[in-house]
Amino acid sequence: MAASQSSAQLIRDGLWSNNQALVALLGLCPLMATTTSATNGLGMGLATTAVLMLSNVTVSLIRNLVRPEVRLPVFVMVIASFVTAVELSIQAYFYELYLVLGLFIPLIVTNCVIIGRAEAFASKNRVDRALIDALAMGIGFTLVLMVLGGMRELLGQGTLFYQADLLLGAAAANLSVSLGPDFQGALIAILPPGAFIGLGLLIALKNLIDTRLKRAARIPATKPTQDVAQPMPAAQPAP
Amino acid sequence: MPNLVSSPHGPHPNRVDRIMREVLIALLPGLLAMIWLFGWGVLINLLLAGAVAVAAEASVMLLRRRPVGPAIGDYSALVTAALFALSIPPTLPWWMTLLGMLFAIVLVKQLYGGLGYNPFNPAMAAYVFLLVSFPVAMTTWLAPSMLTAHSLTFMESLRLIFMGSLPTGLEWDALSAATPLDAMRGQLDQGLTIAEIRAGPLWGDFGGRGWEWVANAFLLGGVYLLWRRIITWHIPVSMLLALLIAAGIFWLIDPQTHPFPAFHLFSGAAILGAFFIATDPVSACTTRRGQIIFGAAIGVLVFVIRTWGGYPDAVAFAVLLMNIAAPTIDHYTQPRVFGQGRRIKH
Repeated sequence: MAASQSSAQLIRDGLWSNNQALVALLGLCPLMATTTSATNGLGMGLATTAVLMLSNVTVSLIRNLVRPEVRLPVFVMVIASFVTAVELSIQAYFYELYLVLGLFIPLIVTNCVIIGRAEAFASKNRVDRALIDALAMGIGFTLVLMVLGGMRELLGQGTLFYQADLLLGAAAANLSVSLGPDFQGALIAILPPGAFIGLGLLIALKNLIDTRLKRAARIPATKPTQDVAQPMPAAQPAP
Repeated sequence: MPNLVSSPHGPHPNRVDRIMREVLIALLPGLLAMIWLFGWGVLINLLLAGAVAVAAEASVMLLRRRPVGPAIGDYSALVTAALFALSIPPTLPWWMTLLGMLFAIVLVKQLYGGLGYNPFNPAMAAYVFLLVSFPVAMTTWLAPSMLTAHSLTFMESLRLIFMGSLPTGLEWDALSAATPLDAMRGQLDQGLTIAEIRAGPLWGDFGGRGWEWVANAFLLGGVYLLWRRIITWHIPVSMLLALLIAAGIFWLIDPQTHPFPAFHLFSGAAILGAFFIATDPVSACTTRRGQIIFGAAIGVLVFVIRTWGGYPDAVAFAVLLMNIAAPTIDHYTQPRVFGQGRRIKH
């Protein structure tokens, strides 16, 4: 079934139509916990993407060696090894970021996005396709984390990409934006309720865009006032 | 031609707009008491919140392509605004009131489907939203008029709310005072006994001086609601009794570290909550037995959160927590259908 999907289809799935955070609603724990700022969200997203790519490729390579009865423990061990490697790397090269994200990096092991892609995709597909899938899914997840983190940071703290230099080097210090010291942030945006409300609004926004796109595709430009209820005549099967 | 209606011929057709109008009438004594004690800010908040609530309700109805008239005409947005305006500090900056009402009407009420579908009480959700977001502004209360040297005039209140500027020569410290619940907790934390605390000038017969009159006025409104049969006794009585009993047990164990039960009743939002907030027909339980459980649980939660929680008052949190539980309680307290077996099928 999956073999019929083109690479472009895979990328579109990962970034939009099967976005792991907005559509599949997987990996909500790190999504909620680490998106207190755009920088944290980006860091967590990149770490998840790295693990996802490594694990998808590995799982795809060993997919014919692993017996189906033990595949899940094997996948989890593969993922756990890579998470440990990524955690140690972050600790070595981005120590400040490690202090912020520290607790949640090991939890990438339990992130359902990764085991989900390993089980649903990588264990049934060739290496190159597994890599594309991991990249698309990872970037889609990262984007949501970053947007949600940016929303919460802006509303709660009045800044954007605060401390981005921790992640992206000293050059990124200019990236951080501030609304000024007079901005009185709503603390709730930083706290857990803000994550739930923010994610809900993002999902609503995505659904709204999808509905609009579908409606625009269905209604010909010559008849803009027509109601949307019934499908176009072209959709009817030919006799 | 007279309206022909079939039996039963009730004297009051129970309509949403009638219920909401009666609730607004019942809030009048409390409103007057609060204006008397805390000045014009209360009234300004009420007008602002009401205007924002109606505007927000109308805009969402337009967005949803639903008729605007009935949604505005049932006064439910105004009741939400009134309950909210009577809960917030009288000098809250205008934009916080605006944010709170938008949160209540758009997110808590209309996103769930509008009146009748919201699982949470909108006014209390907005109060908690603001309390969590802006803890300092939401706990800065004016001192009651009998305890302060300077009562804000109408223009001073307007300037304070809309421009954030205090009257010349006055500091916040001269205007504000800890609420009775805050003062009680703060002094208990310092190791004072109840007898020492109550020797201070802040205290009246039951709760804080002045504050207990607000509670009395709300009690009057609550009795009016009972008399007009807008609410039944189940939720208010069970909630206040549970609060009394919970507070009473701890007071009997150690009367020097736990305030006496009537203090809990006449402080904070206990009375307002019992008659006006916990009885919200949408978000409360609907079965009689369920209402008693619902009210009692709120009463116990209020005591628990007030005594060991992080925020001074607890009614909003307790009501929201029990709002979540209300459908489950209703499910397990369905009355037996006449002629059916004793157990309902799940």
